[in-house]
Amino acid sequence: MLCDICGKNQATVHLTEIIDDQMNELHLCEECARHKSAAMEQQFGLSDLLAGMAGFEKSSAKDEEALTMKCPACGLTYADFKKVGRLGCGECYNVFRKYLAPLLKRIHGSNQHIGKSPQKAGRVYKKKDGLAELKSQLAKAIQDEAFEEAARLRDRIKEMETKKEKE
Amino acid sequence: MQINDLINHTSEWLKGTGPNSDVVISSRIRLARNLNKFPFPHWASKAQLNQVLEKASQAMAKVEPLKDATLFILADLDSIDKQFLVERHLMSIEHTQKTEQKAVLVNNEENIAVMINEEDHLRIQLMQSGFNLFEAWEIINGIDDALAKLLDYAYLDDFGYLTACPTNTGTGMRGSVMLHLPALVMSRQIERVLAAIAKLSFTTRGLFGEGTKASGNFFQISNQVSLGHSENEIIENINGLIRQIIEQEIQAREIMMSKSREILEDRINRSLGILKNARIITSQETIELLSMVRLGSDLGMIKDIDRRTINELFIITQPAHLQKLENVKLTSDQRDLKRAELIRKKLNLL
Ligand SMILES: [Zn+2]
Ligand SMILES: [Zn+2]
Repeated sequence: MLCDICGKNQATVHLTEIIDDQMNELHLCEECARHKSAAMEQQFGLSDLLAGMAGFEKSSAKDEEALTMKCPACGLTYADFKKVGRLGCGECYNVFRKYLAPLLKRIHGSNQHIGKSPQKAGRVYKKKDGLAELKSQLAKAIQDEAFEEAARLRDRIKEMETKKEKE
Repeated sequence: MQINDLINHTSEWLKGTGPNSDVVISSRIRLARNLNKFPFPHWASKAQLNQVLEKASQAMAKVEPLKDATLFILADLDSIDKQFLVERHLMSIEHTQKTEQKAVLVNNEENIAVMINEEDHLRIQLMQSGFNLFEAWEIINGIDDALAKLLDYAYLDDFGYLTACPTNTGTGMRGSVMLHLPALVMSRQIERVLAAIAKLSFTTRGLFGEGTKASGNFFQISNQVSLGHSENEIIENINGLIRQIIEQEIQAREIMMSKSREILEDRINRSLGILKNARIITSQETIELLSMVRLGSDLGMIKDIDRRTINELFIITQPAHLQKLENVKLTSDQRDLKRAELIRKKLNLL
């Protein structure tokens, strides 16, 4: 079966899409599925999609290691996460950080939170100004020579600064 | 408040008021929150979920806007009651499954609903009538701040609020606007609009209706991305998109009014005629006809029926509502009879 999008490659990812309560079968090649993944995450069964995304990574010794990694707080393994598409607890985010950071980036286009934080007595989170956060991200991107990312951040900083001036 | 008290009550979001309420039915903000040190619901033990339920309900009882709210324990409800809450948009269909340790808290105005132990420990939702996301955000933000002082949320500086599914991580926020777009559908422009929305990382879903059938001219548009943007940015992005869609719908309505007024008037009044006279009517047909009547009311072609009455009819003609109103279990055929009777009563009374 050929991919529904490019019509060239063999379709290996099979998904059910629900739009307006109508079910559609979609057959995609890995390449197209990966490209569309961020845009489609809501329409596809999420666990299917996440399981699919985790499967994209070429199997290597390193991934074998990832699969057996286990969250000491809740006992969920990375293999469990791949299967169900859900993390086990908040601590999982620390334990699997190395693998989740790129995954979050693929889903959201970013893996840095710049929204509100819980303000709680006795537990102080650093208060975030969106602009300051973006600037520190920009500095890091330049340092890492991630110029595409840097350009994107620079545009957003400009956008926010002009917005601030207007206020 | 008892579940039966809700039947004779109009939810805040159905009132048909608020900005742009000729096109926008309602605006909703939902926040996903989890408690630190407790596994997410799908991975937690019954004892842990019970603790979450207890901690969450105790905290919510101390938060001002939730003080008068009622906690419904889902395991105590029968299937019609559960479906009834779904039809009122107070909880998700997922929340009606495997109901042990699940609950939903609903305030008297029915604009705030908190699902406990759904996919995340807390799913806090606020619904407003009309195009009003910022107002919804202000209220829910206050509730969230108050709860954060009482509950230890799962949160990391870099990833934000931690959720069971990584698609909700970050702000944990989903903003949705329900739109009524009959003119874009009739003029066959809707596919183009929906395709553009999908490209911008927003999602569209149908609304109302029984079973899996498509649901007419109603669309719910939400943000997909929850991480890397502030809550205000996310809302501004949705608002920008919604404003454009509203403008296009209004334009399409104006063109129809000037170019094919008679045809439009005919369709609208025929729809009203069927609703006022039918003896048997399905949920699907009801939604389609009500959509036309609502358009007629919005365009001033129908003067004696207001939006609120029409909005209410969308909800009370749905299966669980009909059965609660009649207080008996009804088959699908019986419902079609009762539905027609109820609509006749409501519309001919006016
Ligand atoms: Zn392809
Ligand atoms: Zn864990």
